[in-house]
Amino acid sequence: MATSDMGDIQVAERALQHHFADMEQQRETSSFGMWMFLLTEIMFFGGLFCAYLVYRASYYHAFVEGSQKMNITLGATNTAVLICSSLTMALGVRAAQMGKRKLMVVLLLITIIFGFGFLGIKAVEYHEHWVNHEFPGPNFHFETGDPAHPATDAQHTEIYFSLYWAMTGLHALHMVIGIGLVAWLVIAGLMGAYTPHYYNPVENVGLYWHFVDLVWIYLFPMLYLISKKH
Amino acid sequence: MATAVQIVERENYLNSNYGIKSWLLTTDHKRIAVLYLISITAMFWLGGFFAMMIRLELLTPAGDLVSSDTYNKLFTMHGIIMVFFFLIPSVPAVLGNFLVPLMVGAKDLAFPRVNLLSWYLYMAGAITALTAMVTGGVDTGWTFYTPFSTTYSNTHVIGAAIGIFIAGFSSILTGLNFIVTIHRMRAPGMTWRRLPLFCWSNYAAAVIMVLGTPVIAITLLLVALERAFNIGVFNPQLGGDPLLFQHLFWFYSHPAVYIMILPGMGVISEIVCCFSRKRAFGYEFIALASIAIAVLGFLVWAHHMFVAGISVYAALVFSLLSYLVAIPSAVKVFNWTATMYKGSISYNTPMLYAFGFIGLFTVGGLTGIFLSSLGLDVHVHDTYFVIAHFHYVMVGGMVMAYMAGLHFWWPKITGKMYPEAWAKLSALLVFVGFNTTFFPLFILGYMGSPRRYHAYPPEFQVLNVLSTAGASILAVGYVLPMIYFVWSLRYGADAGPNPWNATGLEWMTSSPPPTHNFDETPVVTWEAYDYEHQPQEEITVGH
Ligand code: HEM
Ligand SMILES: [Cu+2]
Repeated sequence: MATSDMGDIQVAERALQHHFADMEQQRETSSFGMWMFLLTEIMFFGGLFCAYLVYRASYYHAFVEGSQKMNITLGATNTAVLICSSLTMALGVRAAQMGKRKLMVVLLLITIIFGFGFLGIKAVEYHEHWVNHEFPGPNFHFETGDPAHPATDAQHTEIYFSLYWAMTGLHALHMVIGIGLVAWLVIAGLMGAYTPHYYNPVENVGLYWHFVDLVWIYLFPMLYLISKKH
Repeated sequence: MATAVQIVERENYLNSNYGIKSWLLTTDHKRIAVLYLISITAMFWLGGFFAMMIRLELLTPAGDLVSSDTYNKLFTMHGIIMVFFFLIPSVPAVLGNFLVPLMVGAKDLAFPRVNLLSWYLYMAGAITALTAMVTGGVDTGWTFYTPFSTTYSNTHVIGAAIGIFIAGFSSILTGLNFIVTIHRMRAPGMTWRRLPLFCWSNYAAAVIMVLGTPVIAITLLLVALERAFNIGVFNPQLGGDPLLFQHLFWFYSHPAVYIMILPGMGVISEIVCCFSRKRAFGYEFIALASIAIAVLGFLVWAHHMFVAGISVYAALVFSLLSYLVAIPSAVKVFNWTATMYKGSISYNTPMLYAFGFIGLFTVGGLTGIFLSSLGLDVHVHDTYFVIAHFHYVMVGGMVMAYMAGLHFWWPKITGKMYPEAWAKLSALLVFVGFNTTFFPLFILGYMGSPRRYHAYPPEFQVLNVLSTAGASILAVGYVLPMIYFVWSLRYGADAGPNPWNATGLEWMTSSPPPTHNFDETPVVTWEAYDYEHQPQEEITVGH
């Protein structure tokens, strides 16, 4: 027990970068850095959310029409998948903190599987939209179901779909990056990089993962659950 | 015996190891600063070349030197290079990178590898943008207004936008690094109230970089997507709103003008205190004015859109808010002047540039107030008046501050003194050249000469010739330092740790500083700019 603890502390000492005074400072600094980074991410998505708000206010009918084409079952499933992945991620961080290396690796692997599950389901949805010509550009085609606003709605739904693809696409890109990061944690974890004295990479990737999850929690109601009433 | 001691050179960040790899893979903030210095200098000359082409075309009323299409590309590429690839990284990425860790008494920035990454991103962005320029250029103006940029322009908009997008992340990472460093890496005793004003102003600029840059990134991404896939977010034919683009663009690009001035203000604060031998008058006010500018700067963006079709009420509010930004800016100017009052002023080159900054920034800032007045802006919007306004703040202000800082810290960065007489001459040439170039543009704009045309009515010629002549003087003023800085590397006198007898932790270590900055972590027990009380010997001796 005592010897393994010594080993842990050695791992931690090796992980201490030369320009920090101690592990405490390094840990605080890196997590502060991650929070700042997430702030930039909020602003990054913020531009799209702002565009969404403006157009949803101007073309409400078109947005309702467009959202009819969303597959709510798949969307809801994906929401559940992501929430579960956040849970396993959080448990993984806790396992790292307690020094349970195997448990951490297993939990992170499950997180990755959930991540791929999400992307798979998203791909099915994308495919559906693609074959139905619900992709903006020259091939875009939309039949409005509402005789009250035929032509303009059909045109403005293109903006709805532009935002849909841009927002979910950017989110999916973040998922891909997240999966890569978690995979890196798994490899480093297997090599014994993390101990209760040094696990801030796990914590930081965890923060990132939760953030990406949270973005989806907003995207789902905004894109799928716009009121059905006209 | 004594000579033998002198030959042994102290280890420093420049001679610790040699070879191209030790530079390209360095994580030392000081070396990264030098990498940035070299890169942005190259971009400055390229941007300057385009500027010279513009001025030469405008020598005569007829559009004879270049076609109107080429002219459009020239001013676009001039703007893109100077704003995104020179001025935004100038003081923060070169001087800030070098000095922030030294000033707070740290061994490095919080994230040294991220810092190196930021330089690579900068280079990748620059190369992407340059490729777009070499393979045909861009003609939208640096503002990329839609729907021209998304639908009608036949030039390489996507390449340029992606280049800026990538470089934006380099700026985000630099800002993030500064914020975290200033929060978490300060030496014992270096409290917020003892923090040099240079750090305060870079901190404020970093907040803008972190909060604003992601917005321009996503906006340019949408422009690129719209061009590539015709997605229609900004295309009025599909119901998209070009004004939304302008809102998003200026939401970043107005605050970005403060990214381009705040770090320069920090340089001026350091220099004014040092060469007046006085503590900063109203230290807290100068520090908080930086933060106030950063906050207010986010609330004024639509003053660029007064005639673009926003509502009268919105215009009123944005006009009023724009006036408010002038308050913290004026606080700074008054406090610098008050710092000099009854100081024992010496007129070294950095101080000459600082004088230039204060005067020219004041002109630039005051004309900003003119432009924020709705009635006047309707008349002078998109004329040479606006060109003169922002060149007074950006070139007269920030580039002057950058030059001031380079001269001030050159001894620290290289360990060598630059030749003072030549440097004074260059400061004079820059000041005279600058005013001759840009003051006539105020008059031209007021008389109604619109910007962005390659030909103009003959009655405007005199002022244009004056301006082009001034640009030639200005060019000489910039070439000179280029020559004598390089010259000084070999022939300059040894600077010693603290040639200016300045306060500040960066002067308490040797020049050039050792790789780890300080032999032992400094402990701070005094206020910033304690020129009146701190015995001078305590600063200079010891090395
Ligand atoms: C005292 C604070 C300032 C105020 C109130 C102010 C106000 C304005 C206004 C109202 C305009 C729009 C004019 C028009 O297009 O009709 C403008 C343009 C501009 N300002 Fe300022 N300004 C201030 C400081 C600065 C600073 C510090 C910088 C840069 C370092 C700057 C850079 C610019 C640029 C680049 C433009 C032109 C953008 C373009 O259309 O290409 N300004 N300013
Ligand atoms: Cu502005």
